[in-house]
Amino acid sequence: MSAHSHADGQWPHEPEKATLEGRNKVLGFWLFLGAETVLFGTLFSAFLALRHQVGEGNPTPNELFELPMVAAATVILLVSSLTSVFAVQAMHLNKVKPMLIWLLVTIVLGLGFLGLEIYEFTNYVKEGHKFTTSAFSSSFYTLVGFHGAHVAFGVLWIGLLIMQIAFKKGLTVTTASKVYVAGIYWHFIDVVWVFIFTVVYLMGKVG
Amino acid sequence: MDWLTTVDHKKIGILYLISGGFFFLVGGLEAIMIRIQLWQPENHFVSADTYNELLTMHGTTMIFLAAMPMIFALMNAIVPLQIGARDVAFPFVNAIGFWTFFAGGVLLNVSWFTGGAPDAGWTSYVPLATDAFNGGNVHGVDYYVVGLQIAGIGTLVGGINFLATIINMRAPGMSFMRLPLFTWTAFITSALILFAFPALTVGLVALMFDRLFHANFFEVSNGGNAVLWEHIFWIFGHPEVYILILPAFGVISEVVSTFSRKRLFGYSSMVFATVLIGFLAFMVWAHHMFTTGLGPVANSLFSIATMLIAVPTGIKIFNWLFTLWGGSIRFTTANLFAVGFIPTFVMGGVTGVMLASAPADYQYHDTYFVVAHFHYVIVGGLILGLFSGLHYWWPKMFGRMLNETLGKLTFWFFFLGFHLTFFVQHFLGLMGMPRRVWTYLDGLGFDDLNMISTVGAFLMGLGTIFFLINIVTSAAKPRDAADDPWEDGRTLEWTIPSPAPEYNFAQTPLVRGYDAYWKEKMEGKNAMTPAEPLGPIHMPSPSILPLILSIGLFIGGLGFMYHHTIVGIIGLLITFGCLFTRSLIDDHGFHIEPDELHDKGVKA
Repeated sequence: MSAHSHADGQWPHEPEKATLEGRNKVLGFWLFLGAETVLFGTLFSAFLALRHQVGEGNPTPNELFELPMVAAATVILLVSSLTSVFAVQAMHLNKVKPMLIWLLVTIVLGLGFLGLEIYEFTNYVKEGHKFTTSAFSSSFYTLVGFHGAHVAFGVLWIGLLIMQIAFKKGLTVTTASKVYVAGIYWHFIDVVWVFIFTVVYLMGKVG
Repeated sequence: MDWLTTVDHKKIGILYLISGGFFFLVGGLEAIMIRIQLWQPENHFVSADTYNELLTMHGTTMIFLAAMPMIFALMNAIVPLQIGARDVAFPFVNAIGFWTFFAGGVLLNVSWFTGGAPDAGWTSYVPLATDAFNGGNVHGVDYYVVGLQIAGIGTLVGGINFLATIINMRAPGMSFMRLPLFTWTAFITSALILFAFPALTVGLVALMFDRLFHANFFEVSNGGNAVLWEHIFWIFGHPEVYILILPAFGVISEVVSTFSRKRLFGYSSMVFATVLIGFLAFMVWAHHMFTTGLGPVANSLFSIATMLIAVPTGIKIFNWLFTLWGGSIRFTTANLFAVGFIPTFVMGGVTGVMLASAPADYQYHDTYFVVAHFHYVIVGGLILGLFSGLHYWWPKMFGRMLNETLGKLTFWFFFLGFHLTFFVQHFLGLMGMPRRVWTYLDGLGFDDLNMISTVGAFLMGLGTIFFLINIVTSAAKPRDAADDPWEDGRTLEWTIPSPAPEYNFAQTPLVRGYDAYWKEKMEGKNAMTPAEPLGPIHMPSPSILPLILSIGLFIGGLGFMYHHTIVGIIGLLITFGCLFTRSLIDDHGFHIEPDELHDKGVKA
């Protein structure tokens, strides 16, 4: 129905779900995020099981973590979730230019977050907290690094999406579902970060 | 070439069947070699090291490279037909799923030729699987870790594909409570895959980091934890058992009902039981770890939760019996396998309850009793179910009937061979014969039973050979199977030609009740009422990218395994390049016009 009105030149109410292909894509992506949840859940479990195995003479989480910087990274990432919502809203209204700008802002913020994380990791390594140091360090870098890799992948993905829409395909019901799905992905890695901030950093400072 | 680029779910089903069948033969040969080694005490047919490799590869191959793909074969070939869909939700992703599984499977088996296969058991327990225990076999477990990782991608995306297909692409009127049971079990199995496989992924990644980059997840001297591996492995591994068995339950439900000419007894309780089994599958992983030392509270809880699974399983068993009860039963080969399945699976279930009793498990643990139990469940359950399903749906998949005489020979040799092989292993286990050990001493009373077991294994091999002969001889015959060759077909797949045409349904059918086709037959009609007018059908175009993408992963895996980082990165770049290309190229697909709707689809 909505696909029909699109053919009449009208932008559908929910363009990402206007075609069966789009509906499949959105549903399939939610399912994929279910799998990702288990993936991160298992990584969190491994981290929780090993987080006290620091090893003698190595820096403890309490000595290592600098909350102000992690808090700054958190704020950056949370704001980027907001800007991605603005992008999806602009997409719903068929406003291509604001959508592209908001997507661009989102990945710039994502890059800022990654920069802080790289700075943080290099600092830790200088303090003797290497990947191979202890069970704590291995599980720390694996969990936080997996999240970082997801952010990096998201930046790459949304970057390519921007180029695709800006220079090649424009905003159609097909690309709309891609924007929408990328938006869900970005929120997901944001939610995972909230858990990492709590379980890794706050609990590391307190417990 | 056609087969390398196909995105048609029925052809992908056949690809899964061929490669899964091939790995089934490989795993079967490994099993026969294990049985030859054990046919007499202190035998020297293979060395202890080779035995460890055979044992590991037999388990890994059978579970991941034979059983799962053959399930995926049936699911791919049948599920879209049963729900009245033209296609699956993601045809391209479906092809990626097959090719990554295949690349992972080949990679695993390459290990035989490069200095030793994985040898830490299919459970790959640490510290046995860490590089401290490598011996001369430096890369064995690396193959396990990387090969399964690649194959696991295929399984996961396959599961997502089926879930989205069943949720979004059902024909009008095909409500969830009208879904054929095979589709229901495919649905729950896919959900289990979705939530179980990522845990295995993390376990494999952790083990890979330990082995390749000296991480400390399982390195006890640096604070690592070996029990962590057991938890991660079994939170995947237990649901995996139900991933395997649920589709077999689905097949049995279809076959028993068709060949009894009766509606499946207690349909809604069957659905409920399937869902409940799926849920409980995640609650019981620690029953593999009773002797690990989790303590009496954990052991009791997991013991009780495990025994609870007997309730929904019992519901299923009785429903099959009540379906048979009073039916006009036809003992076709498919039905023989189904009827043989029921008592066999009950026996596997009973020993399962025995093992679920934590105190008794201290006696059974790591003996042949456990080996007998899980082979009763997996071979006596899943493989009999698969044989049943293959004989049942063969005409729909290939357009040719299988020979019934050869089919019955297959059944009797396989069925009797199976019981001969594994029934005596219960007693071997109770007498104290340990599993995973390459030989045993004379005079312990194990000799005769082991000999019987080996003879049984050869009979199973003969049964399989009869099946192969059946396939080959039927392939020489013309493709002349009727649309509804069993004449009692109840579900939508029997309303379309055999083999199913490329577009499945010329017109999407209108479903008016459970057992949709049977309902129409009972009202005197011989076809479904269409839900739409005849029109052009949109199809996705074929693509070579899934194959190249998997080759990229294969190269990347090998590169990282042998610490050639550049090769590894090149492999991954190939893979990402394929994904990038895919997103840039528009796939408009093509249309099949109404006047072309005659050619039959799959030609194998």
